[in-house]
Amino acid sequence: MSGLMQELSAKALTLGVPMSVQLDLTYRCNERCVHCYLDHDDHGEMTTAEIKHLLDEMAEAGVFMLTLSGGEIFLRKDFFEILEHARRLTFCIKLKTNAIMIHEREAARIRDLGVESIQISIYSHRPEVHDAITLVPGSLKRSLDAIRFLSSQGLKVIIANVLMVQNMQDYEGVRALADELGVESTLDPTVTPMMDGDRSTLNLGVDNTALQRLFRNESLVGNVEEFCAVPPRPGEDELQSLPCSAGHTACYVSPYGDFYPCVQFPLTCGNVRQQRFVDIWRNSEQLKEVRSIRVKDLSSCSQCTHVTNCTRCPGLAYMEGNMRGPSTQDCEKSYARTGIPSVNLQLKKPSVKNLIQIRMQPAVVAVSA
Amino acid sequence: MSRLYVARNTRVAARNLDGEMMIMSGKDSTLFTLNKTATIIWQSADGATPLDEIVERRICQEYEVDPAAALQDAETLARELAAHGILDVSENPIVSTKLQPVNSQPPKSPAGESR
Repeated sequence: MSGLMQELSAKALTLGVPMSVQLDLTYRCNERCVHCYLDHDDHGEMTTAEIKHLLDEMAEAGVFMLTLSGGEIFLRKDFFEILEHARRLTFCIKLKTNAIMIHEREAARIRDLGVESIQISIYSHRPEVHDAITLVPGSLKRSLDAIRFLSSQGLKVIIANVLMVQNMQDYEGVRALADELGVESTLDPTVTPMMDGDRSTLNLGVDNTALQRLFRNESLVGNVEEFCAVPPRPGEDELQSLPCSAGHTACYVSPYGDFYPCVQFPLTCGNVRQQRFVDIWRNSEQLKEVRSIRVKDLSSCSQCTHVTNCTRCPGLAYMEGNMRGPSTQDCEKSYARTGIPSVNLQLKKPSVKNLIQIRMQPAVVAVSA
Repeated sequence: MSRLYVARNTRVAARNLDGEMMIMSGKDSTLFTLNKTATIIWQSADGATPLDEIVERRICQEYEVDPAAALQDAETLARELAAHGILDVSENPIVSTKLQPVNSQPPKSPAGESR
């Protein structure tokens, strides 16, 4: 984050302003990515009028950064009507899409509407790998065509790659592809549980050996020694700091109007169909609880070696059962980085003392007098 | 002397944070913030009102300032913002046929007020 953005975020935090919101317009999708955390059925999405009204309320509340995501946003027939309304309200807009419905005409319209950036999921440079993840034959070609259309309009495109067992060998190829296309790329080794709590998708995540290799790749992390160093012990300032911006300057709204602190933190704080956006933001008891948590309050993390530079996600911790607890996937990342297991990982290890037990009951010998 | 007209570029993103405008350039994602007086000029830049009139009505009446110096500062600001593509400047009134903001006014309070 740039210095100026940090300054503005700090000001927004002090003033209680929700600087950034992710709004998912639909959970419907035209791909079926194997690692996706969503149920793609439509359970009653907000109407065009409801979304426009919500956008009005968000602008009034001071929201500046607006991410429109899904599901696949272009499946909504009213997508451009919503986007146009959002731009009239002068939001800074980022789109997240698989882009397979974007052609020259759509790209030109996105440019005309002044969208800040478009993030597009690409899992491999090889069609047989990418398409096996999206489960849509030809999807890589269509997404790449769209990237070219958008780039030719001068738009900022960011390729987002999620590292999994299926595409573990291909991240260098995706980066080379991004370079060739002249766009940015990001790589995330975190596979998240389904929103309904089903954790089976986590089996797709890469193992510790792969993470170690990733974290020692200078072209990805910069200075490896620095990146993998054991962090210093936390000072009082660090223990009093906030664990994450979720619920503090950022929040999430689902296609059904449910309000969460973050897309990865499915703690229902209210519903924008029943309450004003700003009233939920200000008065939700759930948000107040999230906001009350400081690093010192985290049950095992506050005692952990990694506390000052861990990527702990409070949403993933919540999905593990405790918003003040650890997010094990981030413990695993800290372990892969430094070679030192987190407090949480140490607690999860079975105790060696009782690993092998032999119980014996002496035979009862009848003694007769 | 010719008059200068200024209009907010429709491709930028903007939001008022406690009286100071945050602006993201649509051209290269550069982030800007404007102080309170620059924000007043930004909000008044409708393409139809000449800059000297904006300065006279919105700045000089609210702040203790020399009108000539204020106008000079405003012109410098306008040309600087124009160089970054976030304000359009012309010697003639500017009519934009593209997106018009639904409401260019700042929120009533940092987090909005009850209706």
